[in-house]
Amino acid sequence: MDPANLKYTKTHEWVALDGDIATVGITEFAAGQLTDLSYIELPDVGRKLSAGEDCGVVETVKAASDLYAPVAGEVTEVNSTLEEDYDLLTNEPVGDGWIMKLKVDDAADVESLLDLQAYQAHCETEDH
Amino acid sequence: MRNEQATKLIFDLSQPGRRATRFPQADVPVKPLSEYLPADQLAEEPPPLPEVTEADVVRHFVNLSQLNMSVDTHFYPLGSCTMKYNPKRHERWAKLPGIGDLHPYLSEDRIQGMLAILYEMQEMLGEIAGLPAVSLQPAAGAQGELTALLTAAAYFQDKGEDRKKVLFPASAHGTNPASAAIAGFDCVQLNSTKDGLVDMEELKENIDEQTAVFMITNPNTVGLFEKEIAEISRLMHEAGGLVYIDGANMNAILGITRPGDFGGDMMHYNVHKTFTGPHGAGGPGSGPIAVRDFLGPFLPGPILTKSEDADGNPRYSLTDPEKSIGRVRSFFGNVGILLRGYFYLRTLGPKGVREVSETAVLNANYLLAKLKDVLPVPNGDRCMHEFVASAKTLQKEKGISAMDIGKRLLDFGFHAPTVYFPLVVAEALMIEPTETESRATLDAFADAIRQIVEEEPDFLHQAPHSTMHSRPDDVAAARKPVLKWSAQ
Repeated sequence: MDPANLKYTKTHEWVALDGDIATVGITEFAAGQLTDLSYIELPDVGRKLSAGEDCGVVETVKAASDLYAPVAGEVTEVNSTLEEDYDLLTNEPVGDGWIMKLKVDDAADVESLLDLQAYQAHCETEDH
Repeated sequence: MRNEQATKLIFDLSQPGRRATRFPQADVPVKPLSEYLPADQLAEEPPPLPEVTEADVVRHFVNLSQLNMSVDTHFYPLGSCTMKYNPKRHERWAKLPGIGDLHPYLSEDRIQGMLAILYEMQEMLGEIAGLPAVSLQPAAGAQGELTALLTAAAYFQDKGEDRKKVLFPASAHGTNPASAAIAGFDCVQLNSTKDGLVDMEELKENIDEQTAVFMITNPNTVGLFEKEIAEISRLMHEAGGLVYIDGANMNAILGITRPGDFGGDMMHYNVHKTFTGPHGAGGPGSGPIAVRDFLGPFLPGPILTKSEDADGNPRYSLTDPEKSIGRVRSFFGNVGILLRGYFYLRTLGPKGVREVSETAVLNANYLLAKLKDVLPVPNGDRCMHEFVASAKTLQKEKGISAMDIGKRLLDFGFHAPTVYFPLVVAEALMIEPTETESRATLDAFADAIRQIVEEEPDFLHQAPHSTMHSRPDDVAAARKPVLKWSAQ
């Protein structure tokens, strides 16, 4: 996946839209902060999410972080491989380490998310 | 020298037939156990207990205890935990006959002395808080939080108000949202400003008629006094909500200011921290709560009340508040810890209590000033009773993490500070020296850190070098915990 073709959130999710199905994962920046993963909780398939709703948890030895839905939609699939192989999330967050697929309510919602340049600028302000 | 033989697993020390004591042949008839108990109540085989001599057992545990770090053996600057030295006289007094060996089922007539102590403790905690209604029941801080939130919920219900939201800042202790969620509230986290304080604009946006409680630690976990606390309280009260003060950091403000004076409606104490219970190893704790008058009727019971008998003598009784939420702990709370706290407060008196906080704040600022050039403190040059330094630059430039520094400190004979909390500071080292440390100890600790940050990163990644085990695999422990020994 070419990072330039993805959309991003301030809460460090990436989104790849194909028709009305959005694949969602966490960014390299977020994964870089998540060393020593100890637990991952994914949302249930079929769950309807609103934009920004917390829908899962990633725990490291040091802290727990919520996963957020970038846009509103219904969970159609989750990457259950992650539950057996936590390292996949930190090693390939943008790719095989994707988290869930959403049938989005409105594809235009994805368009309004950050592009790569805006997201990178956001990361720099967070990394002050 | 370390006795590595004695600190093996006690199961590995086991030799068949070893015993501490061998009893003489019984001179009364002996019946097998199966004649006393039905077969389904008996295990198929005896449990695999270790078979060791008395000397094996004593050496095993004494040697293990010497591998430990405690406030009795080491400086223990574990931020947020207030690991002050606990005077031994309080232990002695708590065990005095007539205090230490009372049974909680004794009738009120026979425990008037104990009830007088608990009543006075209740009054002292109310005075220090500036919040007059007190329940001694909660068994530790987090239970105090939960109890106060249940008290608040009962208060709103009684008023016929349906308020569901509890707000808390990003720097909050994790127990705050956990307590709110368990009490049935929805949790809303607010960001901190870059100065480490509550973001007032975000707070204003989030206060509405649904807001029940704002939970705040003051001074906060970054070690700063929330200077807008009076305005925060005003905004919350204007919207009909309540302010909860997490009392974890009371060691900074005792006798100087009071949660009730800066707008708090409820708070909990950690008697085991602030007032020297024997702290650590999972307890026991004691987390009394203090609340405003109008919340008093909802407190858990029993609480202590004082009256006069016909001859004008004081008479202490246990009573349940009028609209009490019920019990949250058996009997009168963790009385053993309350007693130690009571003796501590009685030993110090009002002036001494204030001096505790003044010295705790002075010690923290002294250490901050000695360390900030090698270990930056992002939230300013002044702190309350603790401060949060950051190894972020060291991590970027040399690969030295907060974890490396914490681990290496063990080699210097210091317990590590709290690391990676609060989450709002990257590579956080949260340092709380407390008032019981001498300047010599603080200097030695600062020297150790100054030396560590100059050491080879690879050497630090392998630290500690002097402990029995260097770095336990905490990732494997979290992913696949092995919680009990198994014979297989």
